[in-house]
Amino acid sequence: MILTPEQQALLDGKEGEIMAKIVKTLVMYGEAFGAKRMVPVTSKYGHTVISFGLEVMKPVYDLYDKLIEAGLPEGQKFTADPKPLDPKVPSSLLDDLVFKKIMYTQQKRYEEQVRKLGITSDEDYTCACYLDQVGNVPRKGDVLSWAESSAVVYANSVLGARCNRNSGMLELMGSIAGFVPEFGLLTDEGRKATWIIEVKCEKKPEAQLLGSAIGMKVMEEVPYVKGLSKWLGQELNDEAKAYLKDFGAATASNGAVGLYHIEHLTPEAKEQGESLIAEGAQVYVIDDAELQRVKDSYPVIWKKPDAKPELCFVGCPHMSLQQLKDWAAAVREGLEKNGRKKVAVPTVFTAPVPVIKEFEQTMDAYYLKQSGVVLSYICPLMYMNNPLCKKKAVITSSNKLRTYTSARYYTEAEILNIITGGAK
Amino acid sequence: MRQFQGRVVVPGECRAEALVSHGGFNTLASYQMALMFGDKAVKCGDQNNPDLYKKSMIGKALCLPQTIGSTTGGMVLFTVCSYNKQPACMLFSKPIDSLAASGAILADVWTDAKMPVVDNLGEEFLAFVKDGMEISVGENGLVTVE
Repeated sequence: MILTPEQQALLDGKEGEIMAKIVKTLVMYGEAFGAKRMVPVTSKYGHTVISFGLEVMKPVYDLYDKLIEAGLPEGQKFTADPKPLDPKVPSSLLDDLVFKKIMYTQQKRYEEQVRKLGITSDEDYTCACYLDQVGNVPRKGDVLSWAESSAVVYANSVLGARCNRNSGMLELMGSIAGFVPEFGLLTDEGRKATWIIEVKCEKKPEAQLLGSAIGMKVMEEVPYVKGLSKWLGQELNDEAKAYLKDFGAATASNGAVGLYHIEHLTPEAKEQGESLIAEGAQVYVIDDAELQRVKDSYPVIWKKPDAKPELCFVGCPHMSLQQLKDWAAAVREGLEKNGRKKVAVPTVFTAPVPVIKEFEQTMDAYYLKQSGVVLSYICPLMYMNNPLCKKKAVITSSNKLRTYTSARYYTEAEILNIITGGAK
Repeated sequence: MRQFQGRVVVPGECRAEALVSHGGFNTLASYQMALMFGDKAVKCGDQNNPDLYKKSMIGKALCLPQTIGSTTGGMVLFTVCSYNKQPACMLFSKPIDSLAASGAILADVWTDAKMPVVDNLGEEFLAFVKDGMEISVGENGLVTVE
């Protein structure tokens, strides 16, 4: 890799040993992928996947102490993934004991560290940092140093920014150094589609199911998706963006997709059309039967597969304002239809703090609270990231949560039916 | 005995017993429970990986296609190395993925752990190598399987 004189000086220790190690890390990372040079990080903000102070991850926080003690030049400010704890979310005494005394003993320490390292605000812990209310919205063509698979795939695909699927810690180092190695999704070649997806469903495919099917098929490659226009239209309005947010999270977690193109809709597909498709791209046809096959293939890993659901999570990734409003209206309607006042299953809707604050100004929020649904900024995935949750019958409409935990996946319509007491 | 030439990602030499995952290695799922409960054998906790589930991973020559899963994967690998609970080496049949590369490089630069990493060993490597075989890794990325 060829470095500029300034980058070489940093590597040689001009700004001290810690900065030299940061640059060495980035150089080795680039060399592993054939990068020829570093390119400047041009987005206003970074985003880190690390939001948790786990006891077992102490070495990470020890390293962060070193970064802080070194008094490095201030890197870009950043948002962070959602926090793992929220007192509003139902938990038992045993849960609380495990969370606070065994698992997340480093939480306060870590939150103090990210304040010093430059989090934009104590409210900006969310995986959906790109929502307008949070304000970490990169411009098309911006180079990012982000980690969080769902945010990276959204920024690349829907916003047209450029970011690789970086690991936690590496993303912060890129933000501090102000440059990242140029390879993969940062290059025009790396953004070409090597899969064509032909959607031939009779009804609008469930976003998280379609994303799952595509992710499992193409893994880390780039898909070009045809056939969604009749449902999503050709403009990136709130509804389309929310759909793509959930779709993308499923492609990234069920596979390892970092970028997708949607014909007639996402920025690069609109500009470049099928010239984005690489020669020899493979084809995957998806119809309703294929989606059903994929759904039926998910293992149920509950101890008792027919257990009554004990907890429901909706909002992984975090919900947008419009999604909260739509879900609130649907819950109200469902409860009325089923002659109930409260939800039948303890239910948590998750969203970024700034979105929750705006939502709470609406009547929808009042009705939602009356229904017993808890509104939280928590990360459902981190909440379930412990041995106790394996014994709980948790349901979700999130294919990401299903992938990483024992939560059982249902479509949004099925979830609504269950929580409003329509399911027998 | 067979030899496979790969590409060096993290240089180093070692000799260890093979442990083989034919499917993607989910770093977080594999190490989470072992780290949380201080399991000295560092047994794999990934129920979705029938090749490795409940097998001890510490000190083994971990042979795999790529890693999969959460973008915390790199920091998990870094943590494993910080606690000196890492495999003897990681040997990838495919080109290394960005999360595994991050973890291996973070460990190499920021910890004292020694864990050579070689990628691009080819599908034949993964088809040939079996649990328990003796593996030696050379500085130049030459992997010998006996």
